[in-house]
Amino acid sequence: MRITPALKHGPILLSLLLNAPELAAQDGGQVHGNFSSDIQYYNEDSAIGAVVLPQKMGANAWANLIYTNGAFEAGGRFESYTPPLAGYPAGLPYSGSGVGFRYARYTMSDLEVTVGNFFEQFGQGMIFRSYEERYLGVDNAMDGIRVKYRPVPGLMLKGFVGQQRLNFANEAVKGPGTVRGFDAEISLSEFFDSTWTSANNLILGGSFVSKYQEDRDPLLELPENVGAYAVRANFTTPKWNLYAEYAYKINDPNNKNGFIYKDGQGLLLNATYSVKGFGLSLGAHSFDNMFYQSDRSAATPFDLNINFLPPLAKQHTYNLPATLYPYATQPNSEWAAQGELFYKWKKGTAIGGKYGTKIAVNASLAYSQDTTRLGAVDDTTARKGYRSEFFTPGDRRYFQDINVELRKKVSEHWELALTYLNVAYDIDIIQGKPGKSVIYTDMFILEGLHNFSDRTSLRFELQHLSTKQDQGNWATALAELTFSPHWFVAAMDQYNYIGSPELEAKGQEQLHYPIGSVGYIRGGNRFQMNYGRQRAGIFCVGGVCRQVPAANGLTLSITSTF
Amino acid sequence: MKNLLTALLIALAPSLLIAQAKLPSVTVQTLDGKKINTSTWSNNGKPIIVNFWATWCAPCKRELSAIADKYDNWQQETGVKLIAVSIDDARSMARVAPYVNGQDWDYDVVLDPNGDLKRALNVNNVPHTFLIDGKGAIVWQHNNYEPGDENELYQKVKELVGKK
Repeated sequence: MRITPALKHGPILLSLLLNAPELAAQDGGQVHGNFSSDIQYYNEDSAIGAVVLPQKMGANAWANLIYTNGAFEAGGRFESYTPPLAGYPAGLPYSGSGVGFRYARYTMSDLEVTVGNFFEQFGQGMIFRSYEERYLGVDNAMDGIRVKYRPVPGLMLKGFVGQQRLNFANEAVKGPGTVRGFDAEISLSEFFDSTWTSANNLILGGSFVSKYQEDRDPLLELPENVGAYAVRANFTTPKWNLYAEYAYKINDPNNKNGFIYKDGQGLLLNATYSVKGFGLSLGAHSFDNMFYQSDRSAATPFDLNINFLPPLAKQHTYNLPATLYPYATQPNSEWAAQGELFYKWKKGTAIGGKYGTKIAVNASLAYSQDTTRLGAVDDTTARKGYRSEFFTPGDRRYFQDINVELRKKVSEHWELALTYLNVAYDIDIIQGKPGKSVIYTDMFILEGLHNFSDRTSLRFELQHLSTKQDQGNWATALAELTFSPHWFVAAMDQYNYIGSPELEAKGQEQLHYPIGSVGYIRGGNRFQMNYGRQRAGIFCVGGVCRQVPAANGLTLSITSTF
Repeated sequence: MKNLLTALLIALAPSLLIAQAKLPSVTVQTLDGKKINTSTWSNNGKPIIVNFWATWCAPCKRELSAIADKYDNWQQETGVKLIAVSIDDARSMARVAPYVNGQDWDYDVVLDPNGDLKRALNVNNVPHTFLIDGKGAIVWQHNNYEPGDENELYQKVKELVGKK
């Protein structure tokens, strides 16, 4: 589907929009924006199975411009993929250069109107979240109209209608479905008491979302309008935060669930308790048949998602745990739970020492949802798919991660952190690699930071991962020398030394992945250059991950904010 | 598309001359779920540091921990206030309050799960720090964090309040 004719006249419209308020306003408006680009040159490297683009080089670039003047705001984003970097984006391919996002908005006291593209989410996003993770290549921006209205303090109403961005071909390409939604949220202590004296608050919310897509199936009678609703409650005190959200979706036959006529459900619970120096968080959720895309035959699980179902697992920051075995949500069937504790031994205590000591303990678990497949008594029954026990774990464990991190400043110039992780990972389910056995792994990580002076410091990481499955053992060493506030140089080697005769007998080879970086930062501008081998891995931001292929070459990254 | 860019440049030229970056007016939420607008942020004419971070961002946490050790002094000497804007989304939003308390940080922390403030300030990646003067104008910014960067930031804060 193509962009509306309005954008074809974009230049004239935009200049009118931008100049008109300029003429009227006394104090003038503001323009600001940003730019970022990643350019990669690829070398041949058959030992690691490195990808090489036919063009030898890939380049992604984005520039945003926002104009604001009082109550009025307009903006656009120029995008360029000439061609995109290998493995980018997560879903259907992007190509060419052009405008991928543009909008105009005005805010009149309690009313806000946006036309064009927008991002929005209802509650935690179980039935609606339109968002962008640029570095993953995930962007399901809405194109349409959104209205937000706050009739009285404490009450917020939102409504929208539009289509979603699918991918990019010299302009944003939209999906075939139409998405509409409404959300109401009331914050009780603000609603009943405008002076807001209560320390506690109860927030209640409800939303309804519906997608429309024509049924052109020659055999099946498919629902053209698929509705979903969600209700939520959030109770907060200065120490406690309790959150619950339930979502229901009517039957939505799609290519991810095998075109079954079954409804979907989701439940999300979270409780946190925290005081100075101590924090505790407990959460659980279950998703059953909750893929919700504005094209029932969407090509990939990354395209045209209407909702957002985050994994309930810690997002690690160290290289090996972050990119080898990260968990990804299974929207069709998942029960998951997580607990996390943070504590700081204050300075002057026995364990705290002179500067204090911090600990973080995290455990997360994910199982299948308990279901019973409906037998092929007749076609109608089989088309209903399965029966599920709501919020009950099934017997297949997808994932388990237990990890502890200790962090301590040991002297004025030294800080150390020690991390241990124990992970069980069902790679068949999570990465869709059938026949591969479950991976059991232990990881140890030592991180150190030494300040030579106020401006110069050295940070290092030593990481070790051991497993008898998949690619065997890994050892990683990283050193990063920084010269505040402008320069840094870093070197890293990941060594897949395997350490298992069985895996080596299967033809697995020991490999090194050395890479060096140098960077320069000035104010809002940042330049970075990397040269070396990039391991194939999984790159995650927020709740979404994409596979990145192995590569060898030179990468240049520029980001700038003005 | 060339036409569009040219038109944009022409359209923006007059504004660029008079543009002075102000903190945009965007709604974010506090840790207890209350919605607040950034236009209400004030610090009695003293500077405000706006720092974008996330619980999954290691350099962000190093930066906020480094500042935490000096924050008492900074506040006493200059009256500066730091607002830590977490861009954690639905996945990790619930971890923010226990994490912040577990670190024993004294900052004002707000959540920007939909990225509204992040986009309005054109932040590409975290950490990204802005320094706002007593009148709400953005006077300095810095992307990334390297140990020692906090000294440069504090130097700028002191210049703003007239202390060298």
